[in-house]
Parts: sequence; C-alpha cells; structure tokens
Amino acid sequence: MDRRKFLKALAVAGAAVTIKSKGGMDILAQTVKGSGNAKPVDLVAVMGGDPVTMFRRAITEMGGMSKFIKKGWKVTVKPNIGWDKTPELAGNTNPQLVGEIVRQCFAAGASEVTVFDHTCDDWMKCYKNSGIENAAKAAGAKVVPAHEESYYRSVSLPDGKALKDAKVHQAILDSDAWINVPVLKHHGGANLTIAMKNYMGIVWDRRIFHNSGLQQCIADICTLSKRPVLNVVDAYRTVKTNGPQGRSLSDVVDTKGLFISQDIIAVDTAAAKFFGQIREMPLDYVSCLANGQALGLGTMNLDKLNIKRIKL
Amino acid sequence: MLKKLRVILSLLFFGLITFLFLDFAGLIANHRLDWLARIQFIPALMAHSIIILLVIIGVTLLFGRIYCSSVCPMGVFQDIVSYVSKKTGKRKKRYRFGKAKNILRLILVGIVAIGVISHVTVLLGLTDPYSAYGRMVSNILRPVYLSGNNLLEKIFTSFDNYTFYRKEIFIADGAAFAVSLITFAGIGFLAWKHGRLYCNTICPVGTILGLAGKFSLIKIRIDESKCNHCSICETKCKASCIDSKKQTIDYSRCVDCFNCLGSCKMKAMKFTFGRKPAFGQNVENSTSTDTGKRRFLLTGIAGIASVPLLMAQNKLNSGKPYLRKNAISPPGALSREHLQRHCTSCHLCIDKCPTQVLKPAFTEYGLGGMMQPMMYFEKGYCNYSCTLCSEVCPTGALKPLTVAEKHLTQVGQVVFVEDLCVVHTEGTNCGACAEHCPTQAVTMVPYKNELTIPHTNPEICVGCGGCEYICPVRPHRAIHVEANLEHKKAKPFDKGEKQKVEIQDFGF
Repeated sequence: MDRRKFLKALAVAGAAVTIKSKGGMDILAQTVKGSGNAKPVDLVAVMGGDPVTMFRRAITEMGGMSKFIKKGWKVTVKPNIGWDKTPELAGNTNPQLVGEIVRQCFAAGASEVTVFDHTCDDWMKCYKNSGIENAAKAAGAKVVPAHEESYYRSVSLPDGKALKDAKVHQAILDSDAWINVPVLKHHGGANLTIAMKNYMGIVWDRRIFHNSGLQQCIADICTLSKRPVLNVVDAYRTVKTNGPQGRSLSDVVDTKGLFISQDIIAVDTAAAKFFGQIREMPLDYVSCLANGQALGLGTMNLDKLNIKRIKL
Repeated sequence: MLKKLRVILSLLFFGLITFLFLDFAGLIANHRLDWLARIQFIPALMAHSIIILLVIIGVTLLFGRIYCSSVCPMGVFQDIVSYVSKKTGKRKKRYRFGKAKNILRLILVGIVAIGVISHVTVLLGLTDPYSAYGRMVSNILRPVYLSGNNLLEKIFTSFDNYTFYRKEIFIADGAAFAVSLITFAGIGFLAWKHGRLYCNTICPVGTILGLAGKFSLIKIRIDESKCNHCSICETKCKASCIDSKKQTIDYSRCVDCFNCLGSCKMKAMKFTFGRKPAFGQNVENSTSTDTGKRRFLLTGIAGIASVPLLMAQNKLNSGKPYLRKNAISPPGALSREHLQRHCTSCHLCIDKCPTQVLKPAFTEYGLGGMMQPMMYFEKGYCNYSCTLCSEVCPTGALKPLTVAEKHLTQVGQVVFVEDLCVVHTEGTNCGACAEHCPTQAVTMVPYKNELTIPHTNPEICVGCGGCEYICPVRPHRAIHVEANLEHKKAKPFDKGEKQKVEIQDFGF
C-alpha cells in the first residue's frame, strides 16, 4: 500500500513538474482567477495550436481540470485507438493530447488514470503504433486491455430506444469519472465519428449497433448513466475521406482544432459544422445528433450556448 | 559424460522449440528462435534447404542419429515419457532386444514418399515427428499454457498490475485436436512401454537417418573381449537395438542416447571409431511374412489411390452467392496447390497469428489438405501490415513476405450481396465493412437520403476479411471473401498526395 501511495505521489509530483516546466502553472493560476462570477462556459473551441497548447487553453476556459476531477478519483480517459495507424494518419486520437489530459488529471488530484479502447485492428498494434500507449504511460496512466469479452460487464440502458443493454468495459464502470477523447473523422457508415460514436469503443459487441440501426444505437449507448465529465474532440488532424481508417495521407487534413464541452450533442454539432468546412456534411447526415437530442442528451442549438471561440 | 551432454542438449532444444510454439506474447523477439523449426529434417526437406539436410545427414554419417536424440522434439518427448515411466513404474523398467522391422519401415517411408511425390503431404504431415510434435503443443499444451497465463493475469490484475493480458482459449478445429490427442496418446503409450519404438518403426525421419546411421563413422562399439554377456546394456536400450547375446548393435535404430555406455560394468562399450568396418554387424532382416503388414500396405495403397478423388472434393459450396466456394490459403502460400505440396501442418503459423485468422482445415481443402492452415474470419481478420505467418513457416509452404509485398498480396476477393445488407433490408446506416477495409476496396457510396451502401472494387482488395469479420448480418453475411486458388497481385490503390486545406474558421 505504501509503495502505491509513493508511486501516486511520484506521478503527481512528476506531472506538476512537467506542467511547471512547460508553463502550465500559469494555466492553473488562471483557473482560480477565471472561475469567478462569469457565466459558465458551455463549450470551448480552439484553433491554430498544437494539441497540448490547445487543450491547456480550452480546459482553462472551462474552469480548469479540478472543476471536473476531484482529489483521489479514479479517472478513465477513453481516446479512439481503433486502428493500427501512426499519428500522422489521424486514425486515432492524438497521443500528445491523451498524454496531456492524463497529466492534468493527476495534477487535479486523480489517484489513478486508466486509458483503453476496444480497438478494431489488433489491439496491441493499435496501442503501440498510435503512440497512445507510450504517451499515456509516460504521463503515469495505466493502459489496460479491452480485447476480451471478460473485461466487459452487462449494463441496462432503460432510456435506449433500439439498444436496451450493452456490455461496457469495466474501466468505465469502475471509474469515478471518465473523459471522452474522440478524434474527428469521416466515417463511411455513420458519415462522421466524433464523441458519440466514440462510445462504441467502450462496448463489447458492436455488431448489434450495426444490425439494429447504427445512428439510433449510437444515441442509445450515450444514455449510459455514467456520463463522461468532459468530451474533448481532437481535430488537430482530420480524416476527411475514406474514414474512419483513412488509407493514406491524402485522406488527412491539418485542421488544428479542438472542442471541449460537457454537452456531448453540442460538442459533436460544433465539430460536425467544423468538418462541414472541409467537405459537405449536413447535420441530418449525422442523425445520431438529432436522435441524441431527442433523448435529452444535449442540444444541437449552439446559439443557446455560451461558447468561447479562441484562435491561437 | 556423453549421456549428460546429450541430456542437456536435448532438454535445451526441446524446451526452446516448445516455447517457440507457446510464446503468444512475443517474448522471443525478432524471430530469434525460428531457426529451431527450420533445422528440423522434414521442414528442411520441404523447403529444399540442401545445406541443412547435408549437415543432418553428415552428422549422422559421422556420429549416428544425434538428430533423433537431441534435435527432434518428438524424440525428446518420448525420452521424457519413458523416463517418467521408469521412475514411476512399480517394476524396474527393462528393455529387451527386438527384431528390426525393416520391411515395415521401408514400406511406410515408401508410402509417405509416394504421397509427397504425388503432392499429398497429409501422410508426411501425420508422421513427421516435428510437425506431429508441433500439433501436440499447439492443440494440447498451448491451451494449458494460456490457462496459466489467464490465471496469472487474474492475480496480477487484481493487484493493479497489467503485465499479463487475457487470451481466449478455444479449439479451432476438432479434427486437428483429435489427431493431436491421438498422436499424444499413441506415441506417448509406445514410449511408455517400448521407448523409441515409434522412431524405429513409423517415423520416416528415423528410417532415413537409420540408413545413414548404419554407416556412421563413430558409433557405440562392444569390445567382445571384455563383454561378459550380462545384458545390462540391453535392458537400458530404449531403442531395443542391442543384442547382448550376439554382442551386436543395430545401428539403424541406435539413437545415440548413450544410456548403455555408463551401464556397462565391464567397460566394454565405447563410442568410438571402429578398427574394422561396421558392415555385417547388423542384425539380419526379418523375412517372415506378416499379414498385418500386408493389410496395412494395402490400405495405404488404397488410400493413396483414392487421393485424387478426395482432392476433388474441395469445393465448399456452389450456387449460393453469399457462401464461400473455396477455402482461403494464408498470405505467402502462393496458391492452394503450393500450400498443399509443402505444408506438413506443424501449426506454427496458426500459433503465431496475432488475430486468430488461421485455423487447421478440416475438409475445406479436401482430405489431402487436412489440418493445413486456412483463413477464417470468426475471431478476427488478417492485419494489413502483419507478415508473421509467412515469416515463421519452416517448410516454405508460406513464402516470407515483406510488408510491401503483403499489401499487394490478394488471397481472395470481396463479394458483396446487396440483398442481404442491412442498409438495403432495414434502411439503416451501417458501413462496418467499409470501416474495416484497409484499401477501401469496400467504400460507402450514396444510397437513399443520408444512407450509404457498400460498393466494392475487388481489384484492390487483399482479402483480409475485415469486412466479412465485422458484417453484422446473420446467418449469412452480406459480404465475404472468395478465395483466389492462386493468389493474385492486388492492384495498388491510388495513395494520392496530402492536400493543403486551410480551415480559417470554426464553421459555427
């Protein structure tokens, strides 16, 4: 037990030192200043920086990580690690972003941070070649497997329309809080994959989704009672065609964007509109958004929200 | 001294090659132990590795059947079994000289050889000691090893340590499992009762090297002047090849275990050059007829004669557009024919496949291809950039592929049946197939309203099975891979260039 405590302390200290050395302490300081009497920010959109800088800025605007992660919590960070692709090909969430989120969780007092995804390609190749395993481990996270049914537990989804239950990974179910970290991509089946679609990586049998109405099932799984405390959409690089894998660099656009919100429908709507600038993508093509809104998961009406738009 | 050396060498080879088959986690990095399979006699023969064959035969001509003693894992397996039987048996274990069954040995080798010449390797695969041992490890020991791993995983994970990860345990093919079990029980029983009887009766390698062993330069020799016919050596000989009464040794069966050397109280046995040539020291050949042998021979010949017939029965289905007509051979196999001519079903490729795409065939290739690896997409699909199976194959049945070659190796082609697709039948989004397609041989094209439906371009398909694996439609899938009996070269897809797209605004 002592050893574990020591390691945790070490990880936190390490994270703190890292942040300090990179000027991240200013951000933490701003957090305290910023969380005054202003109207709470619903969604932050950042453009023009590297993933780490954009995230730091965004989380600061949101009120700092400690607003979402409390001391001693077990946190799970769920990126998209679906494919055996290198970061340049943008098939997976940016590894630096994942690393930074893990560090900030520890800085906010998380006792442990777990990272996983139910991959499509061979899980070990995905974990390794995406760079996420290394980045997350370097930041002190535990990277756990998700390739076996026995890691999942059945949960009921009373609010789901088409999907009434699903087997969800224990790392989500056993966490105190989880953070959804998708990457924005074109998707041959769902047209777009963002935060809602990223839920498919926490469930075991995805064929059911495809079999019983993909767009409704995506919305249904998001009714899982344990909601993510944050949705962080990585749009640093975006697969615009041949998604969700992309097959070469010609499918990838350097978009340098990042979106963050607690409202999963809002953040996906924002990201979808952002994507619409690369190629035509009417929101009704991504009908999981409307389906999710109908289930009361959030709003597609961005005008109602307090949005911070930041260009770096 | 010699015996100790033999035991150490044997256990080393045995342990390492067994681990080569068991190691699912890649603890042996960079194919460091693959050579252990390549230096086996039959794999070297199938791969036409002349140098390895010459070395094995050369060593045998010099020292006798060192190969059988130490290099062959099945040989060492039998030694371990007979050792255990000796240690646990109530009565003291004693071997007795037995007549050589030379005619049977030659007939069996002949049958196997006829099979190989007529491109049916199944008999060779059944009798080759390396392949038979490989199957035993792959089908019987591996599940035990995986259970151990999963138990450790459970313990370690409960302490928040993720060193281990779970691995699913399943029997991919019942027939291959049964054959392995019968091999294990059969050879195990023979070894328990009669030591190296398998090696000196059935094993084709034993017979071939036995012929060379007869003429070996250095061999165990009995000093007739010292020998007092006490027959202790005979009781220690697990090859039953010492006739202490006649003071002769059947060198075609001696496997150089050296157990006799230390047992001789008179120090009458030596592993040494002979003063006179060893010819004529062999026991006489058995000439008496044996109806059992004849019957065996007849069945063997009948079996071989029926092979072309059985080979013809290799079409899985015909007529139904949604069913696979032919089984898919693994990448590197070049063609089904090449695979069938060279594979001895050791199952090393099956063990090494990280996504469980390979399993032993039952009758999908016809009976001649029983237990040879075939691709199937129930547990996973072939990783686009993975070349492991082709790299580990010791017989050359799978030719090594580079990643670039693999990307263009088309083992089969995609077949899409729109009438079954959920987009068509249910009017809902899916796209799981296109999602998994590494080359976009399956893409989603506009269908109705916001719906998209798969569209295939078989030319650029590699046959990885991603689409078939993930297709949610049951009982028959809307998309599957049809085998190329002869592998083709996939047309490379247009990689294009990265475009500069400047996004200036948020868009909302």
